[in-house]
Formats: sequence, C-alpha cells, structure tokens
Amino acid sequence: MKVIISVVGRDQVGIIAAICNSLVEHRVNVLDISQTILQDYFNMIMIVDCPEEGLVFNELQESLQSIAKTMGLVVKVQRDELFKAMHRI
Amino acid sequence: MVSKREILETNEMIDEALLDVRTITMGISLLDCADADCDRMNEKIYEKIVSKAKHLVRIGDEIGQEFGVSIVNKRIAITPISIVAAACQNCDYIKVAKTLDRAAKAVGVNFIGGFSALVQKGCTPSDQALIQSLPKALAETEYVCSSINVGSTKTGIDMDVVRLMGQVIKDTAELTKDKESIGCAKLVVFCNAVEDNPFMAGAFHGVGEKDCVINVGVSGPGVVKRALEKYPDADFEQMCEVIKRVSFKITRLGQLVAQEAAERLQVPFGIVDLSLAPTPAIGDSIAEIFNEMGLEYAGAPGTTAALAILNDCVKKGGIMASSSVGGLSGAFIPVSEDHGMIEAARKGYLTLEKLEAMTCVCSVGLDMIAIPGDTSANTIAGIIADEMAIGMINQKTTAVRIIPVVGKVVGDQAEFGGLLGYAPVMPVNTANNDRFINRGGRIPAPVHSFKN
Repeated sequence: MKVIISVVGRDQVGIIAAICNSLVEHRVNVLDISQTILQDYFNMIMIVDCPEEGLVFNELQESLQSIAKTMGLVVKVQRDELFKAMHRI
Repeated sequence: MVSKREILETNEMIDEALLDVRTITMGISLLDCADADCDRMNEKIYEKIVSKAKHLVRIGDEIGQEFGVSIVNKRIAITPISIVAAACQNCDYIKVAKTLDRAAKAVGVNFIGGFSALVQKGCTPSDQALIQSLPKALAETEYVCSSINVGSTKTGIDMDVVRLMGQVIKDTAELTKDKESIGCAKLVVFCNAVEDNPFMAGAFHGVGEKDCVINVGVSGPGVVKRALEKYPDADFEQMCEVIKRVSFKITRLGQLVAQEAAERLQVPFGIVDLSLAPTPAIGDSIAEIFNEMGLEYAGAPGTTAALAILNDCVKKGGIMASSSVGGLSGAFIPVSEDHGMIEAARKGYLTLEKLEAMTCVCSVGLDMIAIPGDTSANTIAGIIADEMAIGMINQKTTAVRIIPVVGKVVGDQAEFGGLLGYAPVMPVNTANNDRFINRGGRIPAPVHSFKN
C-alpha cells in the first residue's frame, strides 16, 4: 500500500537519516521525496510503498512516532487513499 | 500519484480546520430479541449488542490512525425499544434502559440511541409505558438516548403525546437537577424522524433496515469557514461554489471511512450523513460560518438565508461524493455545542423565535437550548407543537431537544460538559397556551400528504 509520510519540525542534523533508517528496517521503499526548509522549519513529504502483509504499517507508525518524539517533530503517517478520495473523482 | 498540494490541503483541513469524522454508528436490529419474558429479552438484547459491536471502537480507532483523521464518536443505534418490548409481558422499561447502558459500557461506545417510540399516529400500550418510564430511565442511565416521533407529514401530529412530552421533559429535568437537568439532553422529540440517522441523541435503527449496518456522520464546519475566508468578496453564487467544493471533499472522507469500517466489521455499509455538526471548540462552529459570510452574530437579519444557503450547498456538494446519502444531512444548529451560537444567545442577538425560523431551513430543529427551569410543561408542549408543525407542513425532519434547567433563570449558564457544551438560559414566551394544549387529540395530516 502507498503511504504518505509528512514531517514538520525545527531543522536539525539527521532528520532524513532517522526516518530513512526506520523505513529500511521495515522494508519500506521510498517512491518520492519532496523537502524544503521554510524559516528554519524542516518540511518533508514522502510517498512510500509499505508491504501490506502483517502489521508493517502499525510498526512503522510506532517507530516514526518514537523518532518524532525524540527529535521534537510532528510526523504523520497516512494511507494515500485518503488524499485520492478527497481530491480525485 | 497524489500531489503535494493535495496532501497539504487535506492535512491543513485536519490540523487547522478541525476536520474529523464525527461518528461511526452501528445500527443493530433488535427485532429478533423480542420475548414474552422480560429477563430473557434483556439477555438477548445484551448478547446481540455486545456480539455485533464488540470490535466497533477498536476498528474505528484503527481506521482513524491509518488515515490520520480523528473519528470522534463510536455509537450504536437500535430498533425502537417500544417495538422490541411490545410482546413482553410486564416489561420493566427501566431494566431495559439499564441493559442498554451496560451493553454500551461493555463495548466502549459513547452513546446508544433507540430507547424510542414512533407514535406519530397514536400509542400502543408499549409506547405509553416507554414514554412514562423516560424520566427515570434517562436519570438512571448514562449512555442511553431516547427519541419520540410524535408527528409526520403523512400522518399529522399526535397532540396527546406532544402534551405528555412537555411533562416528560419537565420530569426528566427534575430527576437530573443535580447535573443541570442533563437527562433532557438525551431526549429528542421528532417530526418526520429518519430511520438511518447516525447522530445522537436522535439515532435509532428503523424497522425497514437490515439486521446490522454501518452509518457514518461527517462534520467540518471549520473547513467550510476556512474555505470561505479565502474569498471575502465572493458573491453568493461564488460562495455557494466554494461550499459545494469543500463539502464534496468532506463527504468523500466520510464515504472512505464508512466503506473501510463496513469491510473490516463485515457489516453492510448503510449511509453517509452529510452534516455540519459543530463542537464547543473555537473554529468548529456554524455561527463562525455566518460571521465569515458577513453577519456580525448568528441571529442577525440574514441568518436564515445564510443557513439556507449553507444547508443546500452542503447537500449539493456531498450528494455526488457518496454512493448513499441519508440520515439528516445538512447543518445542525445546536446552541450549547457551538461557541458562536452561545455568544450570540448571551448577547441577545439569537432568540428562541429566531432559532425557530432557522429550523425551517436547517437539517433538524431546536437543539440543545437551555430555558428557565420554571417553564411550564404546556409552554414546552407548545414549543414542541410549533416545531412539529414546521416539519409536518414543510415535509422535513424537525426536532426539539430543550432543557428546562431546574433552579436556573434567564441569564444563568448551564454546563453540560464535553461535546454537549454549555448554554446561556434563554428567555421563553410565557403567554398562556393551556386551553390550546389541553384540547388533546390529533392534528390531521396536511393536504399535501395525499400523494397516492
């Protein structure tokens, strides 16, 4: 399943590294990344391909939320059907 | 692949405009729980509710997590109890209410609706007994909600029950006076009640429904307000387009959640109710939409027109976004659950009479209005009769959920807590109506009901 990961927070060393390490651990493939810094704020949207079997989504969610807590970021992990449903006919 | 703009727009709606799914409501038929023995019926009711809804809260939370959208309430609607209990000899309705309360608590939902009776053309002995039990049933339970349908366009209005409901509301207020008469917040009097409404306190599972269904109520007044903020000078046609576009998006979210919930719970999908339901939170208010449209306070001249636009555009935008639209679908105007309405009422701009006019064009009716505790039962019955007449003649659902707060007078504030909010006690017209209400009998069906 395609999953959207959005990350916002004060810019610091290692945000992308931490997120990507977690993705590797869960065997999640990155399809697209868009990242900018706006007034010292790190802003990233990733589109990733998450294996559907087992509880990968839940584990990934947990792992990314723990990174968010440690680094003081706001991380959202959402299935992409939400955005398709709301914006595409 | 979804675009960055689409992701940002959705997440802005969720984070800043408080977009949420207001409720996933599981409708459960209890027709197969009927039994001549009261204890056996209670057992069957408990078993059926718990077995059908045991995963409802967990699955609702999981779906919310996966989409990053809060699913605020998980609720249950059941077959009107007066029908289920009709075959029961010596039925103890208080006991049934307590069984429902226990079942709701066991599965973790925040309300169970359907301690109800449909008496638009008269009462059965079971309906009578249920209505008589209401004050005690609502005082002694926490999660049980009740609705009584006293009229319809097709049948007219049962004025005997209207009079009785005036007294029932007074008695309910008295029995719950230590909690701001909150029992009345769980009791709705309807005209043209709908059978698939997922919102409380008026939800029940109609007899024409399947054994078990999932209905979803979406919300999002904040999203509409935000969208309108971007077009401060738009004319009415442009404004309508903006509301329609937003409500399409909100409804698609509801449809997605409803389908997902139905699939995981292995229960058929029923309807999406496209309602704008406010909460007491800042930014989640229908009154704020009126402000954005250009009215200083809800209740200002123009408010009924503004509400008509809003109600109609929500429907137009939402209808194409869902495979099955139902319930009440429109804009709710509860006073205590909307900080903008509360403010307008407190300052005297929003009166009971203006609210009554607004109910001609909103999705339901007079909702969550606190009135003085010494208001007479007949005055309350008169308010109900007026509201029911609006519904009957205009072929729409109308309702009264009014709270005569014992011990409070105009200008005081009643605190209901949580999503029920708080409300200033509003003045009521006290001119005597006893002779009118005491006539009794039935208002016959209006001429435009003869369609066959």
